[in-house]
Amino acid sequence: MNQLLEKLSTCVEYGKVDLKSPYPPAMKDQEGAFELTRQALDAGISPGNILEEALIPAMSRVGQKFSRNEIFVPQMLMAAKAMSSSMIHITPYYLSGETKRRGTFIIGTVKGDLHDIGKNLVSMMIEGAGWEIIDLGVDVSTEKFIEAVGNHPGAVIGLSALLTTTMENMRRSVAELREKFPDLKILVGGAPVTAEFCHKIGADHYSPDPQGAVEYLKQLS
Amino acid sequence: MRTTLKGKTKEVIIDTEGPVIIIGECINPTRRKKLVATLEAHDFSYMLELAESQISALADVLDVNVGYPGVDDEVLLPQAVKALQERFDIPLCLDSPNPRAIEAALKVAEGKCLINSVNAEEASLQRLLPVAREYGAAIIGLVLDDDGITHDPEKRLRIAEKIIDRAVRAGIKEEDVIIDPLAMAVSADPDACRVTLETIRLVHDRLGHNITQGASNISFGLPDRENINNAYMAMSIMYGLTCPIANPEKITGLVRAADLVLARDDYAIRYIEHYQSNLKH
Repeated sequence: MNQLLEKLSTCVEYGKVDLKSPYPPAMKDQEGAFELTRQALDAGISPGNILEEALIPAMSRVGQKFSRNEIFVPQMLMAAKAMSSSMIHITPYYLSGETKRRGTFIIGTVKGDLHDIGKNLVSMMIEGAGWEIIDLGVDVSTEKFIEAVGNHPGAVIGLSALLTTTMENMRRSVAELREKFPDLKILVGGAPVTAEFCHKIGADHYSPDPQGAVEYLKQLS
Repeated sequence: MRTTLKGKTKEVIIDTEGPVIIIGECINPTRRKKLVATLEAHDFSYMLELAESQISALADVLDVNVGYPGVDDEVLLPQAVKALQERFDIPLCLDSPNPRAIEAALKVAEGKCLINSVNAEEASLQRLLPVAREYGAAIIGLVLDDDGITHDPEKRLRIAEKIIDRAVRAGIKEEDVIIDPLAMAVSADPDACRVTLETIRLVHDRLGHNITQGASNISFGLPDRENINNAYMAMSIMYGLTCPIANPEKITGLVRAADLVLARDDYAIRYIEHYQSNLKH
């Protein structure tokens, strides 16, 4: 692989944002994802190649290590931050249509629930897998979910619930989404959610960790 | 300031000067499949087991949360309260986002319960304060409002003041409002626990109210969670936390040690009581 892309991939994996970032300490005073992405583009490497060969594999390694409890939430957030600094250079190509995303993923935490960490981690990982993210935030009503799906035909949706008491709202939102959009792919997750519950409420996929959601989306796109 | 809760006959006094009172968190369906399965079958035996083990681990109050999809907590919460009070004389903390379930439980509960929780959202204040007043319950005031969650301790303090003010105007005694400063995970925001600790300090110093928090989740997403929880619990107690909602089997030793080092446990009586009760198990 191109050395520049390899370096960039390592920066994203370990959360090296840019030259001035002191984290991780072992990479202090080195160039980070921000500079290396610029250099890759200037060297004529296509944004698509940067994504496919550097960013997506990096985030995939991050997701796998997280699933194996080798890294933890803070390291994942560092990686996501490095990826975002790389995306600053890539996004214009998305916007101009020169580079295509794999799809659109709508996500939100259900009504009555203000927890956002799990939702944010899933967003970051799916964005890192090449998808456009529509983040509806927390305490999202069924109407808002429905409106977002209406505005983004062909999108996939993910619902998060962190409380046993808000799982009921997840069930309601999924039921109404299913009724309005029979072919919509619906993912669910959050601490109290199980595969059994996912099946019972008529959602399509449950994953205990962000990487599981990424793997599922890979099969769809 | 002293908040009195009551079981059938037993009174528990939560005092801002300590010692720390433990509200046992274990009657909660999160990660307890067996509790859900037994409650769905209207079988309270496992719930009573959870109560018993928490009481023998020196819980002073029991939190009761039976909310789970498919169970009607307007029916189940009062039934759970009755079943608990038939067996145990301990104050209860009624935990549900459904005001109708809280009200139904208060109707059948003996003594003086704690409501978990009221927040500064207009809808919450209007719905729950009259209920608390009617049944003479104390409330936990969670510091969030219609604008959501703020990360500014001064703003959290003002939200606490607002809840107290509204509660007093609704006829609730000032001391019956216990503030929850809203603990959040430190893995996602390095400042999260500092903000809450600062809120605890401000509420304690300026308002002088009792303070609770459910803090087991501050360590979400990190390894060796107990280390983080213990460090945070000790610091929270130092700043003015007086009645954490926690698992007594894990926290009682630490809490009693914290009271001891803060000179609230003459002759280490309570610390040693916990040590000796552990020997018996």
